[in-house]
Order: sequence, then C-alpha cells, then structure tokens
Amino acid sequence: MLHWMLKRSTFALRSARRLPVAAVLVGSLLFAASAWAENKPSPIPNMFAPVSTPAEQEFTMSMFVLGITLGILVVVGGSWAYVVAKYRSTDSSDVEPPQIYGSPQVELAWTIVPVVIVVVLFLTTARMIFSIQDHPRPKNALDITVVGHQFWWEYRYPQYGVVVANEMHVPMSTPGQVRPTFMKLQSADVWHSFWVPQLAGKVDNIPDHINDMWIDPHVPGVYVGQCGQFCGVEHAMMLIRVYVDTPDQFQRWITNQQQPGVEQPGAGQNTPQQVIRQQGGVVPTALELPANRSGAGSGASAGGGDQTGAGSAGQPMNQVVAGKQVFLQNACINCHAVQGTNANGRFGPNLTHFGSRDTLGSGIVVNNVDNLKAWIRNPSDLKEGALMPPMQLDETQLEQVSLYLTSLK
Amino acid sequence: MAIPVVAQHLEEPGHLPNKGKVGMICLIIGESAIFSIFVLAYLFYIGKSQWGPQPKEVLEVPILNTVCLLSSSLTIWLSERAIEHNLLMTFTAWLGVTIALGSIFLVGTGWEWYKLIYHDGLALQTNLFGTTFYSLVGLHASHVIIGLIMLITLWLFAMTGHVSGKNSERIQTLALYWHFVDAVWVVVFAVVYVIGR
Amino acid sequence: MADASLPIGSLDLTPEALAEGTFREYLHGWVTTVDHKRLGILYVLYALFFLVVGGAEAMIIRVQLMYPDNHFVSPEVYNRMFTMHGTTMVFLMGMPLLFGFANYLVPLMIGARDMAFPRLNALSFWLTAFGGILLYYSFIGGFGLYGQGSAPDVGWFEYAPLTTRTYSQGHAVDFWALSLFVTGWGTLGAAINIITTTISMRCKGMTMMRIPLFCWLLLCTSALTLVAITPLTAAQVMLELDRYLGAHFFDTQAGGSALIWAHFFWIFGHPEVYILVLPAFGVANEIIPVFSRKPAFGYTAMVAASVGIVFISLGVWAHHMFTVGMTSAANAFFTLSTMIIAVPTGIKVFNWIATMWGGKLRFATPMLFAATFVVHFLLSGLTGIMLSASPWDWQLHNSYFVIAHFHYVLVGAIVFSMLAGIYYWFPKVTGRLMDEKLGKWHFWLFLIGFHLTFDFLHVPGILGMPRWVYTYEASRGWASWNMIASVGGFIQFLASGIFVWNLLYSGLHGAEAGPDPWDAWTLEWATSSPPPEYNFAVEPVVASRRPLWDLKHPSDTDTQYE
Ligand code: HEA
Ligand code: HEA
Ligand code: HEC
Ligand code: CUA
Ligand SMILES: [Cu+2]
Repeated sequence: MLHWMLKRSTFALRSARRLPVAAVLVGSLLFAASAWAENKPSPIPNMFAPVSTPAEQEFTMSMFVLGITLGILVVVGGSWAYVVAKYRSTDSSDVEPPQIYGSPQVELAWTIVPVVIVVVLFLTTARMIFSIQDHPRPKNALDITVVGHQFWWEYRYPQYGVVVANEMHVPMSTPGQVRPTFMKLQSADVWHSFWVPQLAGKVDNIPDHINDMWIDPHVPGVYVGQCGQFCGVEHAMMLIRVYVDTPDQFQRWITNQQQPGVEQPGAGQNTPQQVIRQQGGVVPTALELPANRSGAGSGASAGGGDQTGAGSAGQPMNQVVAGKQVFLQNACINCHAVQGTNANGRFGPNLTHFGSRDTLGSGIVVNNVDNLKAWIRNPSDLKEGALMPPMQLDETQLEQVSLYLTSLK
Repeated sequence: MAIPVVAQHLEEPGHLPNKGKVGMICLIIGESAIFSIFVLAYLFYIGKSQWGPQPKEVLEVPILNTVCLLSSSLTIWLSERAIEHNLLMTFTAWLGVTIALGSIFLVGTGWEWYKLIYHDGLALQTNLFGTTFYSLVGLHASHVIIGLIMLITLWLFAMTGHVSGKNSERIQTLALYWHFVDAVWVVVFAVVYVIGR
Repeated sequence: MADASLPIGSLDLTPEALAEGTFREYLHGWVTTVDHKRLGILYVLYALFFLVVGGAEAMIIRVQLMYPDNHFVSPEVYNRMFTMHGTTMVFLMGMPLLFGFANYLVPLMIGARDMAFPRLNALSFWLTAFGGILLYYSFIGGFGLYGQGSAPDVGWFEYAPLTTRTYSQGHAVDFWALSLFVTGWGTLGAAINIITTTISMRCKGMTMMRIPLFCWLLLCTSALTLVAITPLTAAQVMLELDRYLGAHFFDTQAGGSALIWAHFFWIFGHPEVYILVLPAFGVANEIIPVFSRKPAFGYTAMVAASVGIVFISLGVWAHHMFTVGMTSAANAFFTLSTMIIAVPTGIKVFNWIATMWGGKLRFATPMLFAATFVVHFLLSGLTGIMLSASPWDWQLHNSYFVIAHFHYVLVGAIVFSMLAGIYYWFPKVTGRLMDEKLGKWHFWLFLIGFHLTFDFLHVPGILGMPRWVYTYEASRGWASWNMIASVGGFIQFLASGIFVWNLLYSGLHGAEAGPDPWDAWTLEWATSSPPPEYNFAVEPVVASRRPLWDLKHPSDTDTQYE
C-alpha cells in the first residue's frame, strides 16, 4: 500500500540540517546583541547598547526574556527536531503504529509548567514596568516639552524659556552628579512617537493626551533615533538627534540659546560637532548628504565636519544683513520664529539659533549654505511632502537668506 | 446501505437545534458587539463636550417611548404563543399591536430629534454629545426600523393567509430579533438617560 | 488498498459531468451557485488572486528597501503599498482563504449536504468580492493624503487623527472604511453560516465531541469573528460619520480622541490575528495525524485550548498599545493577559509534537508544510512573548522586530499551514493529485526564502529600524539585513510561481487521485473526488472521531476508546 508515496525525496529531511535553520533567528539576535553593543554614541541606534537607565533596564529585561524563551525553544524545538528525525519513515507496509489518544498526566504537566514560567515572566516584567514608568522625578531634573509636528520636532525648555527644533540637548548624568531629563510628550497634529533606542524605549506623542518619559544618559555624544509612529508622507524622514552634553557644555549651550538670534558670520565658536570630536565621540556619518537626494547641494559633502562655520566665514556682513531683510519681508515669518525679530510664526521650526545646528530638515542633511539653498528653493527636493512650500526666491535672495540663517549661531 | 459504518450501540441522533434560531442568536451576538462599541464611545465622551447643549439641559426622559417598546416585547410574545397553538386571529391581532407600539416608539424618537435639532440646536456636528447621542440612538432606531419592516411583512403575509402554525419556529426566530431590539433599548436608555444625564 | 476496501465502489458517485453547454451557461452556473463546494472554490481562488496582488505589493516594498536611500518608488506610493499590502493580505487573502476552506470542508466533514443557509453563503461571498473590488477601485477613484495619491495610504490600522478630513483629504480613507465595511458583513454572514452548520447540520452519530478538530477550530474562529469583526464595523461607521457628517468621534481638534480609535481598532485587531491562525491550527490538526498515522493527541485538550484562546484573546488588545502611556497597572495587566495565551497555545504545540511522537511520519508535501508550521509557530509565539514583556516592547514596538514577529506567524505559520491544506485537499476538490516534485521544489524554495526574509528582519528591529519607512540612511547599519530580506522575498516570489504553475498543471494533468489518496480518516474522504453535488449519496452515520479508521480497521475501531 501507500503506493501514492513518491520515491524518497532527494531533499532528505534530516534534523542535522533543520536545527540550524531554526537557530538562524536566535543566532542573528545574539549577533546583533554582541556586534555593536558598545555603550557609546553610535550612528546605529542599537537598543542593545544602552547608555541611560531606562534603556539599560529594558536591556536587562530583554536578556532575561530572551534567555527564558531560548530555553523553551531548545526544549520544545529540540523535541520537534528529535521527533521529525526519529520517526521519519519510509516503510510502506500496511502496519500502523500504536494508536495513542492522549494522556491526562502528560497533558497536565505541560499545562502547569508553562503556567509557572508565565508567572515568573510576569512578575519580573511587572517589577520592571513600575521601576521605569513610575520613577520619581528628582527636584533638579531638567524639564523638556517635546512636541511632535508633521515631520519635525520641537523642544521647549520651560525652565529656561528656550525653544529649539530638531536637535535636543540634554546634560549627561555622572555618578556624582545625576541630572535626569523629564519629558512631556505632546503632538501638534497627528500621532507621533519619540524613540531614541540607546536612551529609552519609545513613548507616543498623541494629540489628545500628554505623556511622560525620562532619561539620564551617562555617556556624552550624539544619539540618533526617529519617529516611531506612522504620521504621514515623510514619517521616514522625521529623525531625532539628541546631544548629550557634559554639564558645562550644556550650561554654555543653554545660555547661548537664551540669547536672541544675532547674526554672527564666521564667529569663531565651536560647532557642537567639533566639541563632540574633541571628546572623542562620533559624528554620525548620517550627516553626509546622500548624493541622489540633493538637487543642488552637490558641493556639500563628506566629513560632516566644519563647513557650517566655513560656509559663512569671510562673507561680507552686508550679504547677511540683506538676507535678514529677505527673511523678514517674505512669508517666512508666518511660519518661523527668530527671537529678537518680528518673525514669530509657530507652524514651522524655530530658527533663532539655526546656525548652531548640525543638520536641517529634522536631521536629513548637513546644515550648510548649499543644502540650505536647496531646501529653501524647494523643500520637496530634499523631503517630499514636507509642509513648507517652495518659496519662489531668486538666486541672490536664496544666497542671502541662507547666509543669514546660517549666521544665527 | 450507509457509509461508512453502522455501530451496534449507536446513540439516537439527538435533536439538533433549529438552524434559524442558531443563526439569529449568532447575528444578535454580532450586533451586540456593534452596540457595545457605540455604548463605550458614549460612556467615554460623557461630560467631554466643551461647548453646545449638554444632556442635562436638553434631554427629557422618554417614559412613554420606553413603556411602549418594552410592552411590545410582551405583545410579540403573546402572538408567538398564539401561533404556536395555531390561533391565527389572536396572532395577527397581537402582531398588529406590536407593530403599533413599535411605530409609536419611532414617532416618539422622531419627535425628540425634531425638538433637539430645531429647538435646542443640537446636531450631530454640534459637539461630542450630539455626535454620540445621535449615533447611538440612531443606531438603535435603525434596528427598530428593520424590525418593523420585517414585522409588517409578516403581518401582511398573515393578513393574506400565508401564515400558519407550521411557521411557528420561524416566527419565533423573528421575535427573537425584536426582543433583542428591546433589550438593547434598556441599555441605551440606562446609558443615555440615566447615567449620561 | 485504501480505495478497494471502501464500499464506495458500489455507489455511483461519479462527479456530475460538466453540464454540456456554452461558456456563458458555465459562467452563469458559477455566478449563481449556492453550492458550498463551488463557493468554497470561489473563495479560495479569490484569496489566491489577492495573495498574488498582496505579494506583488510586498515585492515593491522589498525592492524599495533593498538599498539605503533608494528611490524606486516615491514615499506616497510606498505608503500606499504597505497599507494595501497589509489590508489585502489580512482581509482579502487571509479571511477569504479560511472561509473557503471552511465552506468546502465543514459540511463534508460533518456529513452534511450543504451549509445551513446556502443563499446567505452566496451573498456573503459576493459581498466579500465586491468589497475587494471596491478597495482596489480606489487606485483609480480615490485621493490620499494631501489630495495626492489614490489608494489608502495611512497604514492598515488607520490611526486617527491622520484619517480625519483635515489630514487625509480625498477619498482614500473612505474607500478603506467602506470596502472593509462591506467585506465585514460578508464575513459576518460566513461566520454565522459556519456556526449554524456545525451546530445544526451534523449527521447521525456526529456528536460535538466527534467532529473533526478542523471543524472545532472553524467554530471557534467563527465565534470570534462574530464579536471581533463587528467592533471594526462600528468604528468604521463612526469614522465615516466623522468624515461625511461632521461628527467628532476621532476629531482631536474638537475634543475627540485618537486613543479611542486605537482601542477600537485593536479590540478588533488582536482577535483578528487569532481568527486567522485558528483555521491554520485546524488544518494542521487534520494533516499531522494522517501523516503520522496516529490520532490527534489529546482531542479534548485541543478543544478546550481552542475555546480558551477565544476567550483570552478578547482581553489582550492593549498589548499593541504599550507605548500610548497607559498606567503602569494597565501595562502590567495586559502583559499578564497576553502571556497567559502561551498556555493554551503551548498545549497545542505540545499535542502536535506528541501526535508525531512514535508515529510513522510520511513527508509528502502537505506534511512538509504542516510539520514546519509547528516550528514556525513556536518561534513566532516566542517572539510574541518577547513583545508582550512591555518594557522590552517600549523598544520593539513598531520596529521591524514586530514586522518579523507577525510575518513569522502570518507567513511561516498561516500561509504554510494553508498551503499544506491546499496540497492535502486539492485531490479531493479536483480529483487529481498535485505534482510531488514541483511541490517539494515549492516547499524548499519557499522555506529558504521565508527564513532569509523574516529571520533576518528581526535584526534591523533590534538596531532601531522603525516600520513604515520608505527609505533609510546608509549609516544606520540596516542595509545588509534589508538586502538579505529582499533576496529572500524574491525567492518566495519564485517559489510562489512554481506553486501557481503546479496548481494549473496538476489541475489539468495530475494523476488520478481516487476518493482517498492519503489513506485518511475523516468523512470527506468517504465520498468521491470531487464530491457530487449532494456530497453523500446516503447520509453517513458515524460512531467515532475517525469513521474511516473504524471502517478500515474493523477489529480495532476507535469507538472503544471514546
Ligand atoms: C496570526 C497572527 C498572530 C498570532 C498567532 C500572534 C500571536 C502572539 N502575538 Fe502577535 N501580532 C500579530 C499577529 C499574531 N500574533 C500581528 C499582525 C501584529 C502586529 C500588528 C500591527 O502592529 O500591524 C502582532 C503584534 C504583537 C504585539 C504588539 C507589538 C507591538 O506593536 O508593539 C504583541 C505584544 O505583546 C504580540 C504578542 C503576541 C503573543 C504573546 C502571541 C501569542 O499568542 C503566542 C503564543 C505562542 C507561544 C508562546 C508558543 C507556544 C507555547 C509554548 C511552547 C508554551 C511555552 C511557552 C511559554 C511558557 C512562554 N503580537
Ligand atoms: C497574511 C498576511 C501577510 C502576508 C502573507 C505577508 C507577506 C509578506 N509581507 Fe507583509 N504585511 C502584513 C501582512 C502580510 N504580509 C501586514 C498586516 C503588514 C502591516 C501593514 C501596515 O503596517 O499597514 C505587512 C507589512 C509588511 C512590511 C513592512 C512595510 C513597512 O512597514 O514599511 C514588509 C516589508 O518587508 C512586508 C513584506 C512581506 C513579504 C516579503 C511577504 C512575502 O511573504 C510575500 C510572499 C508572497 C508572494 C511573493 C506571492 C506572490 C506570488 C506571485 C506573484 C505568484 C507569481 C505568479 C506567477 C509567476 C504566475 N510586509
Ligand atoms: C507654510 C509655512 C512655512 C513657510 C512660509 C516657510 N516655512 Fe520653513 N519650514 C516650515 C516647516 C513646516 C518646516 C519643517 C519641515 C520638515 O522638517 O518637515 C520648515 C523648515 C525650515 C527650515 C529647516 C529648519 C530646521 O530646523 O531644520 C528652514 C531653514 C526654513 N524652513 C526656512 C524658511 C525660509 C527661509 C522661509 C521663507 C523664505 C520659510 N522657511 C518659509 C514651514 C514654512
Ligand atoms: Cu512622526 Cu512618524
Ligand atoms: Cu495582538
């Protein structure tokens, strides 16, 4: 009988080959865990390289769960592989194996064991939930209100009266001096989610609901992340950059941000990138302009480093002043604010200290004159679907306004 | 000859449940889930309207409506019983009463809406109360309408002599739906006129 | 042996010859049919069609993500692709496929001549079909975000307030809501029909504890459908009230709530994934015993576990919302309820392995798919447990790890199991065997492609890659993982091509199957292949869970063990 059964398949099903297939997943996970898990700033937002307490606790949690599930996989997957290898049969005789209909004892056993595992998992998880989510706020904490906008981020520092966009600065915490940052998450339009994996898990920015989140990064440098909830055409380009400064640097930065926007072409001040470099941190290569995404900015390029300063250095002051006029006389001021001028729009990013930022367009390209010109000429060239219209300026105006904006250190 | 096996000690084929009723119960379970979502939304939005008329100011408790609809459950049960005993006249009469009671309910709701819209200025767009009120009560009313259409069809069949005691089970199935519509009203009433006011 | 020993030879059960007539009459026959088998076939063909469509969309996604900074399609098109891919695969592929199986098999398995409500059955199918057409018509008729684009482009869960008129002008969202509203009623009708059929149409001796496990699982799925699809229907009505009549349910500018949409969607959405997976369990429950030559281990436990899953799955929806800022107590509660699901599902996994234990495993194509289904489900369930540990989920939520988790179930478990089912019942439906050699090619290629794609997609998730991104920067370190995944995707595509070819080829030229090619035990194998319109010439009478086993082994019948 069993005449229908085809001759033995050439693809022999042997457990020796099947187990590795099943283990690929686990292998890759461990690989990811070990390969880049250096706990320092990285252009790769690896959640297994945490530098802040919530992320570290989440990492511990993940290793615990991974361990348990791995154990289950080995036992259950192993028995599967054993059965498949052992009871594979080519015997085509009519003899049927013993018919077994079940066994209450065995079934009870494999109901109870998972129950126990679940209880253990749950208790651990619950402890972790409370420890992260209900963490008390120390008095000296820095408050930031994070507002998600369609495709860019606004950060308000209520304790300092500062509003910035797209690049968030926070102080680092050292064992001697802990100063965590507590954030209130809000949205100006649709649903977003704030996610910088090395610092903490994500929390959503919801229009009808204010959320809380906290971090206390231990290692200075730039951390990247991006919006974690689909929010429209450019969800993919709603990037996040968090600068973790030493307390001194942070103090200097925030003091500078509190000043009104004053044009300082070629000011000798260090850009944050240079500061980071002096500390031995990483400047994300993300800052390179992707060749195929730029219409005009081909001149701007590699290294990410110093053009910000260089671009405007040596330019005559009158160009910058002319740029200021262009800015103030066009519709720019309806959407953008520059403190100290009559530009006070709220729809777009605050540009008061635009020149002190490393990137533009919420982190999609390096901030330099060429890219800025390309952006203002037509934002959609760099970011299709950005909610800023092409401003129809002529080339001189473009040049001038770009020089002006980059001079706002 | 039967396929495949006749066992010696075969139990008698039990009496399987009537398929019409099983189907109707399934439909009712599904519809209940729809209503639950609307009820949840109503409860969630109670007191959240920042402008426009508030329930306290404009809603009156529809006592007459409620009495009519709830007693229609009784009358349709009487008609079910009648048709079971093949009492056609009684059946038709009670069915007619049920239809009348249901219609009074509908007219009452219509009147309430008319007053709310033209007198109190509460429309679906006005505020969250308007949004949730019209959609929940409207959802229920639409079920009353569907129920009435079916009852009227049945009544027409009865009047033209197409109904007999043999149809009793089908009529019970239909009545089940009507009972459901009434039961939902109890919930809607509690949520809208008791908790929400 | 199988064929000869059955008393079937003595009956004239030859399939009705194709009615002589014009092509128009033939077509008319299919369009107006109320026969559960024909409707079952229509459902399955419809689902396979949309598997190809949804698969094509997946391929566009994979091509786009193959390289960093790729510009194969625009962001608008990409958004449409994943929205339509997810919606198509879940609503137009997954559910019709399972209802197709149910339609064809449930009446046969319980010894009935048709479904309880044949005309409702036809109506359900055509509603589903109309919904699908309506959804795809949006490519021509709709306009998406900011008035651009055409098909729906805000994700398969359409989070408010992105779906309100303010943020989504045009009609794309309306097409989504209305077409799924229509298919929703079709689905409801199908579910009612399946429940009623299983409860009220069983043949003599077919007590509830004797119906095949497949029928039990379809019963559970349908029950879940009743209470899970309807909340979506309700939410869609609210959404359309918002968009057309100016209501404010989800309009955050007028006090409406975005959160409540998320709750409503997931109250539907989580049970939905169990609606999809339970029939896959059912298929495995039929195939694994037959190819292990043993009865299903622990029938009663399997039934209890299925019913348990139905109830528990109604209380876990907020595990999709761990990051929305619920209280820590709520997060803990939903962690617990989610993890508890591991217990009944674990029972199932263990029982499948126990069924194979000590058996005589024959790895024909259906069994290859069914056996790998078990490991895939195990692995995806374990990643599900990882996600349910909410602190870790705060990291993993909406990352590619989630994509990998759910494709592991949806493709690795459900598609694998459904393919097993197609290979297994194809001979019953067409009277011809599917080609084993092509089947094996399909299996191995699909297996390799599947693992390349979805094993490796876990990694970019860990490395912080969110979903719904049409492109990413090279420096993020996600490129190679995506490249591997895309290659895997193309291999799946190739394998699917072999499968389609196999279907066509074997349908026309396959070897004659006979009524019972697999030497199986349930009632559908007691009638001819394909079964006649009335299914059974004589209403069957059964005395155990495996009527054909009893028949083939008169000295050792199952009846004594039940
Ligand atoms: C059919 C599909 C299906 C199935 C069966 C499952 C099964 C499970 N899923 Fe999954 N899931 C999806 C489809 C599915 N899921 C989809 C589509 C999404 C994303 C939707 C979207 O966002 O678009 C999703 C997302 C999703 C999330 C949200 C992720 C996020 O967005 O942040 C979570 C979180 O808890 C989760 C968990 C689980 C769990 C715990 C199970 C469990 O049921 C698994 C249980 C099984 C086992 C555990 C294995 C067998 C058990 C044993 C061997 C016993 C021993 C084991 C233990 C004691 C642990 N799933
Ligand atoms: C049952 C459900 C199901 C199935 C089967 C699949 C199958 C696949 N899915 Fe998908 N997927 C979802 C359900 C499903 N998916 C859902 C719900 C989402 C979320 C959507 C959202 O976020 O809104 C999603 C999202 C999703 C994404 C994330 C998009 C994003 O967030 O940006 C990706 C990315 O890789 C992906 C890939 C794939 C791939 C490669 C397959 C492959 O397995 C597909 C393989 C199949 C084929 C290739 C069939 C094609 C066959 C042919 C073409 C036949 C050939 C014929 C001849 C030659 C004649 N899917
Ligand atoms: C209709 C509103 C609107 C007008 C008018 C407008 N912008 Fe913008 N602008 C925006 C928005 C919205 C963004 C954020 C886009 C994004 O990142 O997705 C933006 C971003 C920018 C940025 C990048 C900011 C950053 O932090 O990355 C610059 C620079 C800028 N605009 C300059 C200008 C100039 C110069 C003008 C006038 C000539 C102008 N904008 C006019 C809305 C506007
Ligand atoms: Cu903001 Cu996605
Ligand atoms: Cu879920």
